[in-house]
Amino acid sequence: MAEQDASHGGSVRLEDVAVRFRTRKKDVTALRDVSLDVAEGEFVAIVGPSGCGKSTLLKLVAGLLKPSSGTVRLRGEPVTGPRHDIGYVFQRAALLEWRSARRNILLQAEMRRMPADRARERTAELIAMTGLTGFEDAYPHELSGGMQQRVALCRALLHEPPVLLMDEPFGALDALTREQLNVELNRIWRETRTTVLLVTHSIAEAAYLANRIIVMTDRPGTIAEVIDVGLPDERDYATTMARPEFADATGRIRDLLGAASAAD
Amino acid sequence: MVSQSTTPSVPVAGVAERDRPGAGERVREAVVRSWRPVALLVACLLAWWAITAAKLIKAYLVPSPAKTLQVMGDKTGYLWHHTWVTTYETLLGFVIATVVGVLAAVVMVYSSAVERTLYPVLLFAQVIPKVAIAPLLVVWLGFGLAPKVVVAVLIAFFPVVISMVTGLKAVDPEMIQLSATMGAGPLQTFAKIRFPASLPHLFSGLKVAVTLAVTGAVVGEFVGANEGLGYVIQQANGNLDTPMLFAGLLVMSLIGVVLFVLVEFAEKLLLPWHASRRGTAVTTTY
Repeated sequence: MAEQDASHGGSVRLEDVAVRFRTRKKDVTALRDVSLDVAEGEFVAIVGPSGCGKSTLLKLVAGLLKPSSGTVRLRGEPVTGPRHDIGYVFQRAALLEWRSARRNILLQAEMRRMPADRARERTAELIAMTGLTGFEDAYPHELSGGMQQRVALCRALLHEPPVLLMDEPFGALDALTREQLNVELNRIWRETRTTVLLVTHSIAEAAYLANRIIVMTDRPGTIAEVIDVGLPDERDYATTMARPEFADATGRIRDLLGAASAAD
Repeated sequence: MVSQSTTPSVPVAGVAERDRPGAGERVREAVVRSWRPVALLVACLLAWWAITAAKLIKAYLVPSPAKTLQVMGDKTGYLWHHTWVTTYETLLGFVIATVVGVLAAVVMVYSSAVERTLYPVLLFAQVIPKVAIAPLLVVWLGFGLAPKVVVAVLIAFFPVVISMVTGLKAVDPEMIQLSATMGAGPLQTFAKIRFPASLPHLFSGLKVAVTLAVTGAVVGEFVGANEGLGYVIQQANGNLDTPMLFAGLLVMSLIGVVLFVLVEFAEKLLLPWHASRRGTAVTTTY
């Protein structure tokens, strides 16, 4: 199912995109010559050294940022402003402290004015799917980092977005929690068949989760290479790690990033 | 959507159990927490009593605690009336300062043009000593309620605006971006994210403002009034009636303390989620 033809019916398409920021002292080119095509239902991971414009790329897709040149399309339409047909997950969970886990998830429904009973039903589904059962009424400060991030994920998935954008969602978690959440994200992706763009610093995470991995160069960020992982969608964590496809993908990324930035 | 996975696939760490102490425990906690300030207060009263009892200072300069209490008992009706007048002026000033201050802060945060225009004016208004403009206000507004309330508003307004602006600006920018992807309009974002997030800041400003409002009302009364604790103190001063002067001072401080505690109580009620209100102390210092 992952082997769709990426050349047409693209879910996300960037053509010759560049982003330049003007700061007081100098102009900074964050992204240059970025062209990218993501098929519907595809899981694409983006890796690269710090500050190479990975987050900028997600913000472009979400319409939170305007490209200096080039075009960004989401599900066929050009992106001209903040898009509502996406789910967004940040590195920090960005939960509202005064709302319980359930009501944090329901924020999405309130803002979109979704019918209340449908929102409740969907919240219950997601809470079960992400293993938050029993924590619905806990406040963010009572939850561990991993649980907070699960809440943020539920909030991003509530409206069944066709595209999910994740900006280093597990970057602040400990290694064990991170593995657990990787396994869960793989399962959630298979169940929802949503298109996922995941920015990550973890080479293993990228190779375990993605169909394709986009490796970016240091600033100005360009695409160094696109790697087809070639693993089946359903992936057991331990056995996947031992597979030659996994070793090939991670080895190649390390080569590329080592060349791009030895310090990172 | 929920297929094989209605149960969590991995065990998860438990939510920290919140302690629910019993009544006895709570009393003990309250004692542990408050014995120091109470002891200090008692020590001050004792010192006051000792100084007057030993006649270190002449009685017409510093009356004894007993004498002061006696005046408060004898003139309860008189004091009560003037206390109510001052409290009323203070509360009116505080409420107006809060409403206007919050509105001004919201406008300033949403329009940088307004902020740039208003900020210097605000700062200028703040640095003018309120005691100095109080006489002018009496000339303009007469001897009634108005000048006292205006002074209270002027003096309480600044901390409200500053704290609310800080609060509204301290909102996580990612939260605002998230709100945009949810299709929320500016009103929704304000009502559900910005405003509630700014409340902890606002309340710290309100606590300062409410104590300042008492000062404002009394300053207004000093300049020209025939009612209120400021008037009581001026009268007592003119008659060299120090016991009454002390009684007025005590009641005035009491108004400030009570109003402060009320604002703090409202904060506790409205923001049980805020970090500063979470349970008992987590840290131990030696």
